[in-house]
Amino acid sequence: MAYTEEELKKELETKEYEYGFYTDIESDTFPVGLNEDIIRAISKRKEEPEWMTEWRLQAFAAWKEMEEPEWANVHYEKPDFQAISYYSAPKKKDKYNSLDEVDPELLETFNKLGISIDEQKKLAGVAVDIVMDSVSVATTFRDTLAEKGIIFCSISEAIKEHPELVRKYIGSVIPPKDNFYAALNSAVFSDGSFCYIPKGVRCPMELSTYFRINQAGTGQFERTLVIADEGSYVSYLEGCTAPSRDENQLHAACVELIALDDAEIKYSTVQNWFPGDKEGKGGVFNFVTKRGICHTNAKISWTQVETGSAVTWKYPSCVLKGDNSIGEFYSIAVTNNFQQADTGTKMVHLGKNTRSTIISKGISAGKSQNSYRGLVQVNPRATNARNFSQCDSLLMGNDCGAHTFPYIEARNNSAQIEHEATTSKIGEDQIFYCNQRGIDTEKAIALIVNGFSKEVLNKLPMEFAVEAQKLLEISLEGSVG
Amino acid sequence: MLTVKDLHASVEEKEILKGINLQVNPGEVHAIMGPNGSGKSTLSTVIAGHEDYEVENGSINFDGEDLAELDAEERAHKGIFLSFQYPVEIPGVTVTNFIKTAINASRKAQGLEDMPANEMLKKIREKAALLEIDSKFLSRSLNEGFSGGEKKRNEIFQMAMLEPKLAILDETDSGLDIDALKIVANGVNKLKSKDNAVVVITHYQRLLDYIVPDFVHVLYNGRIVKSGTKELAHELEAKGYDWIKQEHA
Repeated sequence: MAYTEEELKKELETKEYEYGFYTDIESDTFPVGLNEDIIRAISKRKEEPEWMTEWRLQAFAAWKEMEEPEWANVHYEKPDFQAISYYSAPKKKDKYNSLDEVDPELLETFNKLGISIDEQKKLAGVAVDIVMDSVSVATTFRDTLAEKGIIFCSISEAIKEHPELVRKYIGSVIPPKDNFYAALNSAVFSDGSFCYIPKGVRCPMELSTYFRINQAGTGQFERTLVIADEGSYVSYLEGCTAPSRDENQLHAACVELIALDDAEIKYSTVQNWFPGDKEGKGGVFNFVTKRGICHTNAKISWTQVETGSAVTWKYPSCVLKGDNSIGEFYSIAVTNNFQQADTGTKMVHLGKNTRSTIISKGISAGKSQNSYRGLVQVNPRATNARNFSQCDSLLMGNDCGAHTFPYIEARNNSAQIEHEATTSKIGEDQIFYCNQRGIDTEKAIALIVNGFSKEVLNKLPMEFAVEAQKLLEISLEGSVG
Repeated sequence: MLTVKDLHASVEEKEILKGINLQVNPGEVHAIMGPNGSGKSTLSTVIAGHEDYEVENGSINFDGEDLAELDAEERAHKGIFLSFQYPVEIPGVTVTNFIKTAINASRKAQGLEDMPANEMLKKIREKAALLEIDSKFLSRSLNEGFSGGEKKRNEIFQMAMLEPKLAILDETDSGLDIDALKIVANGVNKLKSKDNAVVVITHYQRLLDYIVPDFVHVLYNGRIVKSGTKELAHELEAKGYDWIKQEHA
């Protein structure tokens, strides 16, 4: 074989986080700590209307009464919420008219990440709204979208320019009191993306957003709101990378999707936050609330490839409110070294003839722990609800763990619920077989892992699928002896 | 081409091969026969370079090069192919994708670019036809849910695609019905040339009716105890292995 176990371990140790660099940009950062004054200041800085400020303050009041959840299968030192700065914006003039006015160092950062705006512009059919720390710095293709009546902008802008839409829908799927992190996000969210697709419009391009944590000690609290009006369609891509840091960084985002009658939303994520070093030091805490609501005949698909973060707590869910609505969840979660992931989904069947599909692929290596946690809930009114769940785990080595916690609550006798689960291990015989055919061990692992993940990778838009495959390979480099 | 000298090999500290000598030249077909547990599969696995097997003594030389320091994939790049007795399943990886990856890995090792897609496709079609393989088969996950016969045919298909200098067929006849056996043997015969060599490992004479060996060796208790021509295989078929065991008890 290509490596002895010792050599592999050594290689793993010397492998640095690929995107682990830090950009020195003068930032406009608030003092650490959280109180009503800070929240008012965030709201004021963003020139928000009074109702938004009030909404934040109510969320903050709720949050103060809440406790950080402990039921997930993850163990970490709880963040000190008073030691975090809740606002950080790259310093800038009022608004950029062209790329020339953007901080050259910021552009350099994008270049390092391989997502330069120039490149993105050329990429056929991809509009990019980039969130650098907390403030949107560039939005492209907006004119093309505007022709169709599609609104794609930062949530701050939407609050100012489309208050009626934001006010109607924000918090409608994830109420501020929903959970500890959602409440925190509601109080302090700094920016994020907003998208509205008008009735009957099919969004002609994949919408994508890149997030990035840049400022040391700065939590990032994005808020994303996607509204697909009746009969519309949108595919939304979200990708994340983050530079390495010594201290833990908190990331508590909220994503709300609203699919009105006959609408369809496809939401794809590739997540690669800094996972911590080989001793499990540092790394991002990723506590995310993602939920969508489906009205009559509507469909929401969540597809995620999770390779990063030290601790992940994330359950993209669907509330199938309307009759005949469909919810889907396709997930690949990779953990290596000391990473911990507790992820899965909730499918809440409220309407008649509602259907849901869950395909979860967990890959654990090193000393990591990977848990799937899912709830399928069929309510009394949901006649003929159907669910199919499949949870597969792949283990690499002997020190990692895979766990499955499927919950089923069926309150209607006509419900059909299927659950399948498998656990397998990459075998030495598989590796030797590949070696004998001339394929080295690293490539063999990539081949086996990609084969294992295929059903989910196939659900990603093309350009994302390629990126995701690369990420899987990078994340698992040197993980089998 | 292949020179094995006084090869002693062990697995988990148990000595299995106890001094093997074997010379295989280009254009030759060798058959290695012997009762269960005599070390036949160990010999093929050691030649292929499995790291769990420790070579305690002796050497394996291939095309003038000592293989001792070469990993399994490097031996494959040099043209050694092993048709496995129990081919493994790789879910989600199609037969086509797997063979494409294997071919391009060997090409890369030789400093060549990836094989162009149209060339690859042409070759796949040609070799599939040779082994009477249906195109649907090629898009299935490697060995997943394959019958015993399909697995073996897939091994020979990979051999046809990779065009090795030395092919070791480990119990390729087991699990094959007579029709499949003929197709596989026919494929092997068509791939044979004066530049390559085949080592057939088998219990039974049956396969040797179709792949006719130039030399037959009997492996017993980790040593080659008897060598001869194809008549030796017939003799073994008629008399069984007991007389060999008695001679070397």
